[in-house]
Amino acid sequence: MSFTKNQSSFLSSLGAFLTKWGTLVTILGLVIFFTIMTYNKDFDIYPFIQPSNIIHVFRSISIVTVIAIAITISLTVDGLDLSVGSMATFADSIVISAFVWYEFGLWAAILFTLFGAVLVGLANAFLIVKLRIPDLLATLSMLFIVEGVALTYTGGGSISEGMPRLDGTPTAGKLPAVFKEIGLVPMIIVIMVVVVILTHIFLTYTKHGRYMYVVGGNKEAARLSGIAVDKYRTLAYILSALIAGIGGMMLASKVGSSQVNAGAGYLMPAVAAAYIGFSFGGNGKPNAIGTLVGSILMGILDNGLVMMSVPYYSVNIFKGGVLAIALASNYLRKK
Amino acid sequence: MKNIEIEFPGVKALKGVDFTFHTGSIHALIGANGAGKFTLMKVLVGAYNHYTGVIHLDGQPIEIRNPRDAKEHGIEIVYQEVDTALIPYLSVAENIMIDIMVNKMKNKHFIQWDKIYKDAKKVLDRINVSIDTRLLAQDLTLAQKQMVLIARALVEEQKFLVLDEPTAPLSQTETEELFRIVKDLAYNHNVGIIFISHRLPEIFDLCEVVTIIRDGKIVSEHKVAETNQTEVINEMLGHRFEETFPKTITEIKDKIFEARDISTNDHEVNDASLYVRAGEIIGIAGLVGAGKTELSKALFGALPLSKGEILINNHKTAIKNPRSAVKSGLALVPEERRKEGVFVEEPVYANLSASHLNAFANPMGFLLWYKERKHAENMVNTLSIKTPSIYQKVAFLSGGNQQKVAVGKWLSTNADIFIFDEPTKGVDVGAKHEIFELIGKLAKNGKAIIYASCELPEILGISDRTYVMYDRKIVKELVTAETNEAEILYYSAGGK
Repeated sequence: MSFTKNQSSFLSSLGAFLTKWGTLVTILGLVIFFTIMTYNKDFDIYPFIQPSNIIHVFRSISIVTVIAIAITISLTVDGLDLSVGSMATFADSIVISAFVWYEFGLWAAILFTLFGAVLVGLANAFLIVKLRIPDLLATLSMLFIVEGVALTYTGGGSISEGMPRLDGTPTAGKLPAVFKEIGLVPMIIVIMVVVVILTHIFLTYTKHGRYMYVVGGNKEAARLSGIAVDKYRTLAYILSALIAGIGGMMLASKVGSSQVNAGAGYLMPAVAAAYIGFSFGGNGKPNAIGTLVGSILMGILDNGLVMMSVPYYSVNIFKGGVLAIALASNYLRKK
Repeated sequence: MKNIEIEFPGVKALKGVDFTFHTGSIHALIGANGAGKFTLMKVLVGAYNHYTGVIHLDGQPIEIRNPRDAKEHGIEIVYQEVDTALIPYLSVAENIMIDIMVNKMKNKHFIQWDKIYKDAKKVLDRINVSIDTRLLAQDLTLAQKQMVLIARALVEEQKFLVLDEPTAPLSQTETEELFRIVKDLAYNHNVGIIFISHRLPEIFDLCEVVTIIRDGKIVSEHKVAETNQTEVINEMLGHRFEETFPKTITEIKDKIFEARDISTNDHEVNDASLYVRAGEIIGIAGLVGAGKTELSKALFGALPLSKGEILINNHKTAIKNPRSAVKSGLALVPEERRKEGVFVEEPVYANLSASHLNAFANPMGFLLWYKERKHAENMVNTLSIKTPSIYQKVAFLSGGNQQKVAVGKWLSTNADIFIFDEPTKGVDVGAKHEIFELIGKLAKNGKAIIYASCELPEILGISDRTYVMYDRKIVKELVTAETNEAEILYYSAGGK
């Protein structure tokens, strides 16, 4: 009897451990798996854990991570900002047009873009706080609106150095060299890490972050505690749009031009990363570090599967499968 | 039920419980909050599947691991939190007939709406309740919702019915009505009723047998006729329990809060006027639905006012929303504790600082963690909040301890006027005592207290003056020392 009892308490503490650190265990497992599976006999090397490949993984997840952080902030107030992908596209268009069409300086272009982001955040907040549309639906509307605005702004096409404006006049604007650096290693990874750390500090160590979690936990109780609920929901959507805007500028720098709907593809992986991050460290709440870890998990999968020569068109089957398993481990124990 | 044990992460909730009950009898199960009575009942109705022990029905061992098992053996429960069991946007009839509609459709694919409404009406008639079966569940009062749930449990012939704190939201008449139904079920339909309640007089009124549970163990079982309230309370608490309502004598000073002729936009409260002085406790008495909760919220700025004015320290003060109320020195401990009073997903320390985080942050907005935790530790000690640590999620605390947290979050704000709305609802006797002491202490420190409750003994015990509400109006002001339960009841029932 005592044996089964010990066994069950062992199992339950193992379960608790996995709930807290399951994502890390999965990442570790995947790293080992991919390292072994991609072993190259001819050269006796493990290409998966070569520093160059590790850097490659981080570079490839940096934009998704930043956009996922934007979503994480909207999740803290019990919202969900679906417009972040469109926001990234929009920022991408604005910043490139600022350089190419209007010959703005570096900081002017960046501030101009962030100003656009604040407007999008305010529009989201207006729909949600004033018109009382549920978060998901309001930001879904904004997903279309912002995408449409970005497309209209660029005349439905791409913008790059040397291309004429919409009215046919020639352009002489160039992307500043410093701006091009943003999209390259190491800056792109540094920016990602800085965004994650600043967000973590904001959410965990400031009263504003605490208020956001409290509002997200129970709006009515927050209101009856005298907390400015609407103010913090508005702030969350402004921050979300600002960070998505940063993601868009990273994208603009990486590609070096503005492409049609460039940010759209980042939305769903970012949502996935943010949700995988919930369980990290037993938080059970949206959190910046967890989101980074979730993003790393997705990045490793992408990278490893491609290295194993899984056809690119099949990679999503495995990604989706692992996502389902990761989320199952979060929610199964919640019962 | 034999040797039932169940364990949750960190707690052993039931430690070898044996519990027997019979059809055609009303059996009370009582215990302090966190004693395990509700957990035991949840095992019985199949809400948990990881317990150990055996359940016998008519001498045969049966297996109950999910709610459907329980239903098949004729065991039903009506939970206290009625809103979680009803589907708000479906009609009364659909809510009553939901099991039939969901589980008993078999090969039929079309709903016979006429039959659904007719059958629902029949069940309601059987328990003598008249509610329009076409109303949506979300538009019902709490009492009506409960009737719907009892009706739902009765759609099919049940052997056993568990009622969890059924009278908590009910008024006097509604309670009597419920008791009539319960007795009818037990004695004329041979249903076994298990009745969970904190209200001892009701148990002595209604039940035949009372079982007392404490710390996950059965302490004793009595025939109700052979015991008395004091004995039961002592067994529940495990130590002798003397006075129930400690009244501290305080010095009453100046008027610090006054409402003049206030009405809310949607007429939840009409033309209410009241005042409260420093050190004074005023009671708001009234039956359920009289408008006490709405008045509390209106005073706190949580319901918009259409007319009237609020004066604080004799100055007209605009209270537009709870935020400005807090700034003006008001604090509200709302009735719906879990929904409005505490943040169940947050740890104890975050709850205790939620309404005055500025005190725990530097000018840059960074939290002073040490100060916040220190404050939480102090509060937990001062209020004797029973929690493993200040990092525990409030969801895992018992009702009484959650209530202490809900009060605790206001204690270090600069609030001068405390509004308590049914603060003892679903709270065990021991914690109740502590809450009364706490309120008494606040008054002694010169705070003004507004205490709304439908428990007349509480109002009589704690307040200096009492306002009686009836039909969303204040109908009478009484000096508590010069009145009694009967008089208050007379006015709350609409007497003039």
